[in-house]
Amino acid sequence: MNSRLTNILLLIIFSLSISAQTTVTYLTDTVGWRGQLDSVQTIGEISVVANRHAEVIPVQHLEGKQLQSLAVQSVADAVRYFSGIQIKDYGGVGGLKTVDLRSMGTNHLGVFYDGIEIGNAQNGVVDLGKFSMDNIEQISLYNGQKSEIFQPAKDFGSAGTLYIKTRRPRFKKGKDYNVEVAMKGGSFGLANPSVLYEQKINDNISASANLEYTFATGKYPFRYRRVLPSGTVAWDTTAVRENGDIQAWRAEAGVFGASDRGKWHAKAYYYDSEKGIPGAIVNNVWKNSQRQWDRNFFVQSSWQQTYFEKYDLQINAKYSLDQMRYLNPDTTLMYLDNRFTQQEIYLSCANRYYIFPIWEVALSADYQLNWLNSNMPEFVNPLRNTFLLAAATALKWKWIKAEASVLGTFVWDKLRLPSKITPEASANSQHFTPTAAISYQPLLKENWYIRAFYKRIFRMPTFNDLYYTDVGNISLKPEYTNQYNIGMSYDKQWRNMTISDVGGKVDAYYISVDDKIIAIPKGNSQYRWQMINLGHVEIKGMDANAYIQFTFPYHIGLKVNVNYTYQQAIDLSNPNDELTYRKQIAYIPWHSGSAVVNMSWKGLSVNYSFVYVGERYQNSANIPVNYVQPWYTHDMALSYIHQWEKIGMQLSLEMNNMLNQQYEVIVNYPMPGRNFRAVAKIML
Amino acid sequence: MKKTSIILLALLALISCRKDIVVTPTEQTQITTGSDTTTLQGFYLLNEGNMGSNKATLDYYDFTTGVYHSNIYAQNNPNVVMELGDVGNDLQIYGSQLYAVINASNKIEVMNAQTAKRIGQINVPNCRCLAFSGQYGYVTSYAGPISLDQSHAQKGYVLKFDTATLQTIDTCLVSYQPEGLVIVDNKLFVVNSGGYMQPKYDSVMSVIDIATFEEIKRVVVDINMQHIIADKYNHLWINTQGNYYDRPSCLYCVDASTCNILAKIEMPVSNMYLCGDSLYFYSTAWSYIENKNAISFGIINVRTKETIAENIITDGTQNEIEMPYGICVNPQNKDLYITDAKNYVVPGSLSCYDSTGKRRWTIRTGDVPAHFALLYKIK
Repeated sequence: MNSRLTNILLLIIFSLSISAQTTVTYLTDTVGWRGQLDSVQTIGEISVVANRHAEVIPVQHLEGKQLQSLAVQSVADAVRYFSGIQIKDYGGVGGLKTVDLRSMGTNHLGVFYDGIEIGNAQNGVVDLGKFSMDNIEQISLYNGQKSEIFQPAKDFGSAGTLYIKTRRPRFKKGKDYNVEVAMKGGSFGLANPSVLYEQKINDNISASANLEYTFATGKYPFRYRRVLPSGTVAWDTTAVRENGDIQAWRAEAGVFGASDRGKWHAKAYYYDSEKGIPGAIVNNVWKNSQRQWDRNFFVQSSWQQTYFEKYDLQINAKYSLDQMRYLNPDTTLMYLDNRFTQQEIYLSCANRYYIFPIWEVALSADYQLNWLNSNMPEFVNPLRNTFLLAAATALKWKWIKAEASVLGTFVWDKLRLPSKITPEASANSQHFTPTAAISYQPLLKENWYIRAFYKRIFRMPTFNDLYYTDVGNISLKPEYTNQYNIGMSYDKQWRNMTISDVGGKVDAYYISVDDKIIAIPKGNSQYRWQMINLGHVEIKGMDANAYIQFTFPYHIGLKVNVNYTYQQAIDLSNPNDELTYRKQIAYIPWHSGSAVVNMSWKGLSVNYSFVYVGERYQNSANIPVNYVQPWYTHDMALSYIHQWEKIGMQLSLEMNNMLNQQYEVIVNYPMPGRNFRAVAKIML
Repeated sequence: MKKTSIILLALLALISCRKDIVVTPTEQTQITTGSDTTTLQGFYLLNEGNMGSNKATLDYYDFTTGVYHSNIYAQNNPNVVMELGDVGNDLQIYGSQLYAVINASNKIEVMNAQTAKRIGQINVPNCRCLAFSGQYGYVTSYAGPISLDQSHAQKGYVLKFDTATLQTIDTCLVSYQPEGLVIVDNKLFVVNSGGYMQPKYDSVMSVIDIATFEEIKRVVVDINMQHIIADKYNHLWINTQGNYYDRPSCLYCVDASTCNILAKIEMPVSNMYLCGDSLYFYSTAWSYIENKNAISFGIINVRTKETIAENIITDGTQNEIEMPYGICVNPQNKDLYITDAKNYVVPGSLSCYDSTGKRRWTIRTGDVPAHFALLYKIK
């Protein structure tokens, strides 16, 4: 099964590329001796795109028009179109949405917002449903780390990294401001207005401000149905999802500057939401009443400068304040009104020096301080100091690119309110973890790259893992991952041909997750758990992507993009339990994938997308009662953009889950059926 | 293009589609050849299932045929929406009916004891444990009124229902988070854990007069009490769960008439089952040093209040038990049944040991197997 599949996929990749001919149309690889260019950087009006196929480490991007035409509400919805990803979606506009990269667990994915990581020292979970697509310009997912050694030490510190990049001001010639007003609305009682203002201050400095409000009742019908073996209906019930409402404000403001050999930006972010937690649907309980309030605030700044042609310096800083309140007013359960306040201070200094034009070295040092307070009884209010030191080098010589880095992590925790259970401190630890990557270009004229990487990294136990009243375990070790990846990418472009671009990539990987932190029961009660380093997971997988782009006469364009992921993620935690030993872990499908077809004619575009998640089990006992059905959704979006002399306009209509499939990503959390959304935007 | 579409078709052939979901079928396993018992017909086992999983399930073992029937509720009651429910917490047979307390589904499911077919349900929020007397059933519930002060402390109650009509008759407030209850001499003894009040656990046993259904007495025993069992010597046996830190769990023997504490046995009893004069128990205590649960088993003679056995499993197979969770003894042949909830997430197991402590068989159960109800033959 496994090898047959591999063969078929390799066939796809090659069949798409066999007919390839020469001529490369776009700017290849601007990164070099003077290499301070981002993957996308604006010079006047021209957008320069670095050749991504040259990246040593596998990466996937969604950006610009492609992102716009996908018709997605949040970053989480967009990320579904990446391969190697499993999304955990609890349903609805306000429902928690997290991402699991290559089955390593959600805590292993670092999420970076405009270059700086979004932390959650409390539980390590970053809810990607919270980030609206309103002002997002690009989303990039790297396995391991970014193929760039000149970056903060933190960027070396996750098993996978997701970069969310917000829109940067760009101005047309003769214009010194941009205004965009958008209104989105549709199913689930969604009303989602936003406004964006960008101002050019001078040739080097610009500013932007963005405000968004989201309201949704979160109500949608769902249906559960069972049949008898004979096929007759045993029961069939339809209900409305309740307590999935959300009300959220987001405000962002930024200043962006460029100097002769440098650039800088500073931004402030504020998010405030109240939402219902819809909860699990179980027998006799069709409605829940738990509420959550989130307030996130951060200010961050980045500054980068080149000196003496050969030396680059980058400074990053951030302060963040996150408040969360969880309320359970349901008198049939334990009354809870917990409040948590997390703060973070982050400072980073990254340096790069070109020894020779082909050889660069980098050194980065980061310091981070996190502290958490809570009103929970006996809470220890932990504080964590983290020092990160990364040394890296990259070599680019003819057909070969190689990178190596080592990250030193030094963690020192302190409990500000020592309790009897966790006497004093703490998890003090130091770790050194390496990464190595190489890519090889067999034919100089062809954009064909063969690449491999190895990365060893860990995630620190979170504050909850270590110190949560009763559950926490102070003796936890970090959870380690070892990733081995081998793959290749190919791309070919033609000018003035019907087929204008074709390409693809395929990567195979082996990952082991050691000392996985899992909860095990403590004593004789279902409600008492203990975190422990007992888990061990081994993952063998393959991610594949293929795309083709046609340019027909009369400005008709057609793009097809297909992703496929195969994952065998087996549970090796308990060799004595034959039910689970070497069985697929919870919620990881063997097969998953997506397909996007986009057709455009001038300002009009039609986008069809398909997401497939194959059969899986709700836990590593792979028995029939734990079986979870595959799900697949067909989405369609129609959009029209028109630009008059001074005013631009965008209208789009979306129909998601067209076949009204009643599915669940997580068991007992029903997902919405067919739903609609309309977007209207005016650009001044 | 042609090639691409062929490959796409090939890929489509690989992926599987959704089918109609069939009502969970019962699984039958022949585990013994069966035996003809005089009075016992079999037992039911209630699997709790994890909270939010809606996986409370019912198993049945038939002594006569030796067949173990897993997950019988859905097949026997295919028209019940969302099956048995979320988190089972107690199971008892009284008269001709089988009662299953489904905690997070806020109900007592009432079934025919012979067929496990649904008769009806009694809605009780956050219901915990059952007791019966005469025509009435009694169930503890956490869901009393919440105090208006900052503590948000919530008193529990005992709810009285009619076993014939399944209607609620009355409720009687007790103390915080009542757990087990038992009836002796027309008095209802309820132990209150105060589990929601941690670290200020409750330590009160409430005594309710059955006739007036009013709380007539409160007796301080110890913190965080869980189960209560009455023996034929007018004793109440109560286990406490301690505070999970410096107050270990232990066992008390209380005189049912005077409510005086007769004995405190320093044994970390997690769960117990009385058969004749023998109180079978197991204990699980979390060790912060070894980072695992220390597990032990034993028998206490309720007449002498002495531990008469410390190793009730004699063939070494006790080491295979990760997390003992349910216990029951066959009153006829003294077979011992112990369930293993493992890590609570995966299906558990049920093992049977003969009276000499040797394992006879083990069978896979549902998730978190916990509560037994012995089914007697109809005379």
